[in-house]
Amino acid sequence: MARIECPECGHTEETTGLVTVCPECSTDLRNVMEEVGHRRGRMREIAHDDSMTTHEFIVRTKDLHKIYIMGEVEVPALRGVEINIRRGEYLSIMGPSGSGKSTLFNMVGGLDKPTKGTCFIEEVDMAQLDAFELAWLRCRKIGYIFQTFNLIPVMTALENVTLPMIFAGMSSDEMMDRGALLLDLVGLGDRLHHKPFELSGGQQQRVAVARALANNPAIVLADEPTGNLDLQTGKEIIDLLKELNEESGVTIISATHDLKMIDVSDRVVHIRDGEVERVENRADLDLDVGTLGSDEKPELDEGE
Amino acid sequence: MIKSELARKMYKSETDWGEVQRQVTLSWGQAGSIAYRNVTMRLGRALITAAGVVLGIAFLTSVWTANVAQEGIMEYEATSATAVAAEEAALAPGAEEAEAEERARAARQAWLVIMSLLVSAVGITNSMLMSVTERFREIGTMKCLGALDEFIVRLFLIESAVLGLLGSLLGALVGHGIMMLVYMIRQAGVAAMMDWGQMLIYLAIALAIGTVLSLVAAVPPAVRAARMPPAAALATEI
Repeated sequence: MARIECPECGHTEETTGLVTVCPECSTDLRNVMEEVGHRRGRMREIAHDDSMTTHEFIVRTKDLHKIYIMGEVEVPALRGVEINIRRGEYLSIMGPSGSGKSTLFNMVGGLDKPTKGTCFIEEVDMAQLDAFELAWLRCRKIGYIFQTFNLIPVMTALENVTLPMIFAGMSSDEMMDRGALLLDLVGLGDRLHHKPFELSGGQQQRVAVARALANNPAIVLADEPTGNLDLQTGKEIIDLLKELNEESGVTIISATHDLKMIDVSDRVVHIRDGEVERVENRADLDLDVGTLGSDEKPELDEGE
Repeated sequence: MIKSELARKMYKSETDWGEVQRQVTLSWGQAGSIAYRNVTMRLGRALITAAGVVLGIAFLTSVWTANVAQEGIMEYEATSATAVAAEEAALAPGAEEAEAEERARAARQAWLVIMSLLVSAVGITNSMLMSVTERFREIGTMKCLGALDEFIVRLFLIESAVLGLLGSLLGALVGHGIMMLVYMIRQAGVAAMMDWGQMLIYLAIALAIGTVLSLVAAVPPAVRAARMPPAAALATEI
């Protein structure tokens, strides 16, 4: 809680950061909140409607370094990565195993802290967020999809999808409706009460996609979403993600070394040895894809 | 595959964040229902975890039951013998020997109680620790979905308290029951000779020890796991 004063009409307001405009004269109070060190105010900035179009980049990293300590040895995983990710784009991070793409994924998703450098999400420095704000961010703004699906094994498909909604404080009825709708959306409308072990890999990944969308995130982060799937199922998941991206405008960031991803990506960031090797745009990619052939092309792994 | 009409409907509200009034939440009720599901769905695993508690507490209560029964029998024998006989016995040359034997017996019993406490502590700690460690990935996943550290701790708190309490209850019944059977066969009417107040106190202490040990064993690793960055918890291989 902080008491802030409206610079226009002098009205004072006790706020937890959820109110960002003056109730008297509708002046935007976010700058004032920032001045009194109200971090919640900045969190709301992420959430605020009109700010959704304020920043060109939804995610921005600056000189990102990550060093893992393995016993006595320091292993650099990221060495000064700078990427800017636009709102609504489908971005793939490509690179061989051990190139640092999963590490980058973790940094961007707020799952790990960088050793040096900063990662901004909607221009908010993630290192500045406390546990509450990070949880809020993970719960509502970011959806995660993993290579190993990571569904909760004791819960049904529906319970898995509704878990983030419980954290978001949604009412039980709304949760069930929305969960069923989301599962229907990913083509599992008839599998609501199946446990993960009763589902195929592709179906489990679809549940994970539905779960990632539970609270209408602005960003979906996918770490090798096709890594444990066969060619056809993998392609279905990619198509599903692409369709969601086009339909809803959700930003999709996917770490992968699956070349099928190139077909649908707006941009591809190539990572090698913890550095950005090159960034390819859609226009350049179409040419590359043409030379590789169509859907039937074999899956090529770069330097496994 | 994807129903586009539906997708549009679902995502109409994406920019609606300004209206959201709540931060992340998990009520005790919901935590309870998740913990309940965890126990019932993994019943086999939960039973193995609880078995560690059951065995430890059964051992402890059996030793205590034996103590109480033994004392009851001895007191009964002492009071039923006539005072004269007791005096005669005291004057007899074997009295000192009997006293020494009695002391040795007490020491042996104390040793048994300490051993059984240790065994239950180790057993309970081990099974609880394992049940947390094998779920690091799940903990990491929950954190990705927006769980606060305290949600994770809350889940394990409920789960271990329930497993600890039920396990100790079962263990106390089994340990006490078996020992009572043994003594009933050895000495008819032993139940009437026993100090039941003392026995109940012992049983209550055993329950408390089982439950507290379960919590002490499960909560610190759960706290540690909850504090890990999600990336680290997810990367754990069991």
